[in-house]
Amino acid sequence: MLKYLRKRDWIYVMTAVALIVVQVWLDLKMPDYTAKLTTVVSSGMAKSKDVWINGGKMLLCALGSMVSAIMCGFFTARVASAYSRNLREALFNKITLFSSAEMKKFSTPSLITRTTNDVSQIQMFVAMGLQVIVKAPILAVWAICKISSTSFEWTLVTFVCVAVIIVAVGIIVGCCLPKFRKIQKLIDNLNNATRENVSGVRVVRAFNAERYQESKFEQANNNLTQNQLFTSKVMGLMMPVMTVAMNGLTLAIYWIGAYLINQAPILERAIIIGDMTAFTQYALQVVMAFMMLISIFIILPRAIVSGKRITQVLKTNLSMQSGNCKSGNKVIGKVEFKDVSFKYNDGTKDVVSNISFVANSGETVALIGSTGCGKTTIINLIPRFEEVMEGEVLIDEINVKDYDYNELQNKVAVVSQKAVLFKGDIKSNITYGSDEQIDDDDPRIERALKVAHADFVYALDKGIKSEVAQNGTNFSGGQKQRLSIARAIFKDAEILIFDDSFSALDYKTDKEVRDNINQVLNDKTIIIVAQRIGTIRNADKILVIDDGKVVGEGKHNELLETCPLYKEIALSQLSEEEL
Amino acid sequence: MPRINRNQTKEKMDFSALKKTFLYCKPYLPAIIISIICAVVASVTTIIGPEKISDLMNTITGSVMIGQKINIKEVVDICVFLVCLYLIGAVFSYVQQYIMAIVTQRTSKKLRTDINQKINKLPLSYFDKTTKGDILSRVTNDVDTISQTLGSSIANLISSLVLFVGVTIKMFDTNWILALVTITTSLMGFVFMGVILGKSQKYFNKRQAYLGDINGHIEEVYTNYNVVKSYNGTNNEKIKFKQNNNNMYNVEWKSHFMSGMMMPIMNFVGNLSYVLIFAVGVSIIVGGGTSVTIGTLIAFIIYARLFSQPLSTFAQSMQSLQQASASSKRVFEILESDELSDESNKTVKLDTVKGDIEFVDVKFGYNEDKKIIKGFSAKIKSGQKVAIVGPTGAGKTTIVNLLMRFYEVDSGDILIDGKSIKDMKRESVHDLFDMILQDTWLFGGTIRENLVYNKQGVSNETLDKVCEAVGLNHFISTLDNGYDTVLTDATSLSEGQKQQLTIARAMIKNSPLLILDEATSNVDTRTELVIQNAMDNLTKGRTSFVIAHRLSTIRNADMILVLKDGDIIEQGTHTQLLNQNGFYAELYNSQFSEDE
Repeated sequence: MLKYLRKRDWIYVMTAVALIVVQVWLDLKMPDYTAKLTTVVSSGMAKSKDVWINGGKMLLCALGSMVSAIMCGFFTARVASAYSRNLREALFNKITLFSSAEMKKFSTPSLITRTTNDVSQIQMFVAMGLQVIVKAPILAVWAICKISSTSFEWTLVTFVCVAVIIVAVGIIVGCCLPKFRKIQKLIDNLNNATRENVSGVRVVRAFNAERYQESKFEQANNNLTQNQLFTSKVMGLMMPVMTVAMNGLTLAIYWIGAYLINQAPILERAIIIGDMTAFTQYALQVVMAFMMLISIFIILPRAIVSGKRITQVLKTNLSMQSGNCKSGNKVIGKVEFKDVSFKYNDGTKDVVSNISFVANSGETVALIGSTGCGKTTIINLIPRFEEVMEGEVLIDEINVKDYDYNELQNKVAVVSQKAVLFKGDIKSNITYGSDEQIDDDDPRIERALKVAHADFVYALDKGIKSEVAQNGTNFSGGQKQRLSIARAIFKDAEILIFDDSFSALDYKTDKEVRDNINQVLNDKTIIIVAQRIGTIRNADKILVIDDGKVVGEGKHNELLETCPLYKEIALSQLSEEEL
Repeated sequence: MPRINRNQTKEKMDFSALKKTFLYCKPYLPAIIISIICAVVASVTTIIGPEKISDLMNTITGSVMIGQKINIKEVVDICVFLVCLYLIGAVFSYVQQYIMAIVTQRTSKKLRTDINQKINKLPLSYFDKTTKGDILSRVTNDVDTISQTLGSSIANLISSLVLFVGVTIKMFDTNWILALVTITTSLMGFVFMGVILGKSQKYFNKRQAYLGDINGHIEEVYTNYNVVKSYNGTNNEKIKFKQNNNNMYNVEWKSHFMSGMMMPIMNFVGNLSYVLIFAVGVSIIVGGGTSVTIGTLIAFIIYARLFSQPLSTFAQSMQSLQQASASSKRVFEILESDELSDESNKTVKLDTVKGDIEFVDVKFGYNEDKKIIKGFSAKIKSGQKVAIVGPTGAGKTTIVNLLMRFYEVDSGDILIDGKSIKDMKRESVHDLFDMILQDTWLFGGTIRENLVYNKQGVSNETLDKVCEAVGLNHFISTLDNGYDTVLTDATSLSEGQKQQLTIARAMIKNSPLLILDEATSNVDTRTELVIQNAMDNLTKGRTSFVIAHRLSTIRNADMILVLKDGDIIEQGTHTQLLNQNGFYAELYNSQFSEDE
């Protein structure tokens, strides 16, 4: 994880450490002056001059300590922020290389939290840790060295105090930690109960099940309250214990001091009083140092977990490597499946098995079958969204695995079932991924929009510069789908894949878009996944998929004769005479 | 139509919502008073402390100055007194925290319960206006903020106030010159810190904004990674991320740096007042003042610390009270929303239902100014299957919403067996209907829990029978735990299976009337056939309403109502409507026609 600190950051770290040493030195110098001040006053021969000299020196130390602390804060803030920035960037860049296998392994929400939340955890630890982990031990050791020579009894009391605090905090935190770990889960439960109720509000009411849902919620609510009540009761002990320990320490030092003074020769007594006040301050410094260390140990576990979650992502081996074939064959737009099978890593059963078919240049091939039969999986193998397990998928007679990944993507344009739009404007969405500078009035944009029947955008106030909200929420489902079809058409790839992209459109628009595509893109190879017979009946070739296998292949009329499943699907949508 | 209404203007100091939260704590008033008394006692012990320390110091130095041995007995007396004082202080401050913990946790539990119960009393229109995430965050985040800030804030404010006043009086009582010195330095420090705090807050807010940008961006990219990759958009996204990331870095280190300055400055101010107290104190002694001793100086050094403590508590409490106030406002916004009207006096109930339904000139709009349904009338005879078709936004689902009394009609009436549904309790209306929606709603729990839902005493035989009817029996027999299999996010049910489960749930409820709102839109046509059989079983003998955009589903309906812009424009059976060659025919034919 350290390699994400650059050279400049290391210089900052070193400077920060040096500043901390200076700061500790100055902090520990101050009690010497307070000791002198006390001695001056308690000796009974107080002179303003002595006070001003010693006080002035002490203030200089304090000023120096403040300046070095602020400078140190500057460097650590920069290092911690730079570190988290680099870490975030590394994560993002790594994740953009992930294929769906890795995406599924981690899940999208988890990757999002890893990129933001977990990095913030680490950052907080670095920012605090860098100061405290370096400072506390130096401070503790140095201060102990300074005081241990003055009086054995005082030193002993200090250690007792430190021990009491460590033990008390240990017990308190030890009791609460398991409960803290549980809190997130309990909050999730509560959220689930609420979400369930809100998202199913119609069903809940239709079933008059309000009491039923409320009792579920109460259970989650009770568990959460019990847990939090316990932790707040126990954590409440922390402050009183600390206060007693610190006050007790001061008191003990004075108490012991009284005896020490009585034993000492008369002339040294005033000096001992000075020592005593100085010692009180040193001792409090030592205690503070330990308390800082304890606080670090409290946030440490979370940082470790976050660190692990981050390295897990960074160290993931990519399941998919790009090939290096840059130029295609002379053939253009041919897709061939040779005895292809695929299953998910954790699954035992093939999702699709022994698929073989050819889509020749300029042909339209359609896949039909019930939901979950593997249609989408089959087409996902073409642009390597999923990786073929057995057999091979060829584009232009070259295995997709041999293509340079970007080159492969240039050959294929996919429109997914769920329309995807990005935050930006219409133009940035249509020309998405294009490297060149494209003018607003580029005829290709207009063509793509027209073919996809998305020319409604010209009626908008800002035309193709109209804003698109995140996830395209300011457009209707049908509009989003037409825009994502336009994007695919703009890309001008040799193979176009429509994964059930037309079902969000009403019948009329569906037909018009397909007519346009047939007219304008008749030289492209088109692969369509569909549910509606009407959408695909004119395809050059229809593959009927059932349970991951091809059970029928041919044209509409042939299949009606030869493939019972096809006929069944057709009849479920159209009556006998309509076929 | 859902519209998101969020014009939250910057909150001013508005504590009116907090008052309501305090009223929520009212049952705990005695406990709160005890807790406040404890806080006051603890503060008093803190104020007495320094004076005793001063005595102790004077006892020690006094004898040193005149060259005598220290009176150990006196020292021990003071020390024992102080030990007791500290312990009493600790015990009282813990008791105070303990009581407040109970009060706040119980209050926030009550708030959560009340919000949740409120959800079930709100009219459905509330949910059109509010997002799910918003309600969730009120139940958890806002209540959490209240419970975290409120409890500590009240007690802290009161004990700080006592401390503040007490220390000030004590200081002036001891020596007014030193008191002024101490107060001036502390206040100086605070003004300085306030300035820095304001600046760092600015950077912190910016940081949150940039973090939001990053979040939005990566969510988009991670969710749609396939699109990003297949359009070779990775490089552009990397550039965009880098930009966002750098923006964040630039404000982030500044906000950290600024807030990191607080501690060193505080320390410096502490030291400054230390030196000033000594310097001024010694000048007084040299000038012949007898009121100031070494003990006084030591006491003032402690006073200086005690004085700045309540000041920072005030600042913190104000901030957290402000947060609590904002959260309270959001919580009470939902708690005080208009509820569904009370219906305890409605008595009309249908015991045996025939199933004649009549719509009489029904008018309705979600907004006052925009009518969705403009005068809908229809008579449906018992046992008929009625299909409602029409383009999106024509008001199909609205009719169902009115029928179920999820919304109230603006004018006109809906009659079931001649009785107006307005005269029945909502629950009684709901009991009349089985309803199956496009969005299959299943919850985390076993299959059995999902099927039986809140119905009591459903036997396994009934479950078997129903599952066979909807074609689920095979699927359930393949599961290791059968009906007791827990549905989690990991259990991958297909859309069809989910829909089969909800149909089974409706069959178990077994109400006399049936509503199917796009129930099969998410399943493919073959699965639909299976479900269709199940639904045909369900519709047999029941008056049923079917909404579907897939027209094949409704060909066999007894009556098809074609809805457009809130009016019925055509009405009849499938063949009749095709023969009319109107809107329905056009809609129907567009799915086949193909230019060849």
